[in-house]
Amino acid sequence: MEFLDKAADVLIIGGGAAGCYAAITLAEEHPKLSVLLVDKAGIKRSGCLAAGVNALNAYITPGHTPEDYADYAAKDAAGIVRDDLLLTMSRGLNEVTRRMEELGLVILKDEAGQYVSRGWRNLKINGENIKPLLAAAVRRCPNVEVLEHVSAVDYLQADDGAVTGAWGVGVRQDKVYFLQAKAVICATGGAAGLYRPNHPGSSRHKMWYSPFNTGAGYAMGLRAGAEMTTFEMRFIALRCKDTIAPTGTLAQGVGAAQVNAAGERYQHKYGNTTSERLYAVVSENLAGRGPCYLETEGITEAQQDSLERAYLNMAPAQTMKWRETGLGPASANVEVEGSEPYVVGGHTASGYWIDAARATTLPGLFAAGDVAGGCPQKYVTGAFVEGKIAAQSAAAYAAERPGAALSAAARERIRTRIETLLTPPAASPLFTVESLEEAMQQVMDEYAGGITAGYRYTEKQLGLAARHIERLTRLSENLRAADGYGLVQLFELQERLLICRVLIEHLKARRETRWHAFAENLDYPGTNPALEKYVNSRLSDGKVQIIYRDLVKRGDRYEHQH
Amino acid sequence: MSISIEPEKCVGCGRCTEVCPGNLLEMTAGKAAIREVRDCWGCTACVKECPRDAIFYYLSADLGGAGGRLYAHDTAVSLTWQLRLPDGSEQEIIVAKNKANAY
Repeated sequence: MEFLDKAADVLIIGGGAAGCYAAITLAEEHPKLSVLLVDKAGIKRSGCLAAGVNALNAYITPGHTPEDYADYAAKDAAGIVRDDLLLTMSRGLNEVTRRMEELGLVILKDEAGQYVSRGWRNLKINGENIKPLLAAAVRRCPNVEVLEHVSAVDYLQADDGAVTGAWGVGVRQDKVYFLQAKAVICATGGAAGLYRPNHPGSSRHKMWYSPFNTGAGYAMGLRAGAEMTTFEMRFIALRCKDTIAPTGTLAQGVGAAQVNAAGERYQHKYGNTTSERLYAVVSENLAGRGPCYLETEGITEAQQDSLERAYLNMAPAQTMKWRETGLGPASANVEVEGSEPYVVGGHTASGYWIDAARATTLPGLFAAGDVAGGCPQKYVTGAFVEGKIAAQSAAAYAAERPGAALSAAARERIRTRIETLLTPPAASPLFTVESLEEAMQQVMDEYAGGITAGYRYTEKQLGLAARHIERLTRLSENLRAADGYGLVQLFELQERLLICRVLIEHLKARRETRWHAFAENLDYPGTNPALEKYVNSRLSDGKVQIIYRDLVKRGDRYEHQH
Repeated sequence: MSISIEPEKCVGCGRCTEVCPGNLLEMTAGKAAIREVRDCWGCTACVKECPRDAIFYYLSADLGGAGGRLYAHDTAVSLTWQLRLPDGSEQEIIVAKNKANAY
């Protein structure tokens, strides 16, 4: 293993939507700053947008305001949102959309040159190449260096707790990098792979969220002492059966309603928030009225042709399934199912507890995109806005801060840890990364509200889940790796185990059912007005400490009390 | 869900190993190989990136797959998707890059 040093004014961890946009912003607004963007894979297709995206789901259309968008997001999340974060995000949506169009994104326009919307907040695009366009823009930035195939493991911290960089492991080469910076932007995305997936066998990674988003940023933050929020608002996607392809294109695009096996429309019985649309499917199935479908039968051939192309631009499996079976959406309704639960800040609100400048509770550390909490329904454009705000804040912070040198002791600790993990075990090990990951996913599935539990849980079950996760965490400490790729897999397992541990405590702390399916606590089936609060957490002396915080409503602006 | 690499078509350029978001593709004896098919997300980045149409995408049996092979040919103006079905028939869908989704 080779140990290497790199330094920059600003380090961006993660080159997805938020990270790339942060880099582009720093190049445009602070061309004299040196920027290092590190990504676990290659930025052309890394992150959530690898296959493309079907629409821009967050845009302020004429006649609407950023306040309307914030109100919509607050209603969908039953009030557990940060209004200051939603407003600062919403106010930037249209500008980043224009910028993406300049970078080459095709957005549908009418004859008058106005964007054509799908509903009041979505724009129709060709999003297949959105990630290559972003990556190309980053590569044109003269002050941005891109370090690919390097997975960040932990932050580097100064004596006062300030974040001064990160260290990471080369996935393809046996190299460890010490990446030092004056300010750090975390944009690593959310966490998939915590729960047993829809297809645990040969298609275990056929999931909604990127299986390569392992929650690294959450785990790094927790280990460094950062405060997190709202992990318990899990996101569970309603998807096309098997292909796990989006359903919004069918529901909003061609107006397909949900129907059960008897062909009955049932949505009105359950409400129409994101969690209620999923809960409706779960409930109909539990009542013996499944499977459930989106009622597409009878759409025109022209509509079917357009849908085939739309899916090729984001989820080609769905078009392939229609063609392979010979049963396109015009001739057969599309069956739907729920995914396994995720922890993510772009659809729901899980992530770093930040202020409106996207500063975390750790000095020098900023967060944007799915890893940043409190600001749900941000989607791709919202992630861009957060990347931009975080970039501006990080640049201002870096200007004030002299670079801190990594101490020899810290360097030696990391070196020793790596060498220990690469030392072959004395005896043949009983457990592998894979077997512990499967065990973790089974525990979460059965005891912490996974697919087979109908997303429901009790306090007693959560207690069992916590004990099993603690056991698996202990076992993971004996695992060893053979190379950089193996090390990264081992670190990813440990990240997920830590996130599971914190998630369970969040689920326990919300003693109510505020969102059906997303957090369905069978011991507390109703809402509790006393829990109109954020559930936050931080690691303190190795223990998960839960903090309840008051809601930040319209007109309020949260400030950290350092 | 996975992809499959046809070694006789692979010219060993390594472009697919650069774009896999999961770092699952690596060069082995001059040819691209997937570390673990079960870890594939099915994003088709490698299918689009391959200049020799040497990588195809298929639906696994547990996803209802019937043996079709999906190839993609990427040019500046369009993505041409070609589906080869087990009965030997072929279907093609051309998606223009300058055209937005209708839905």
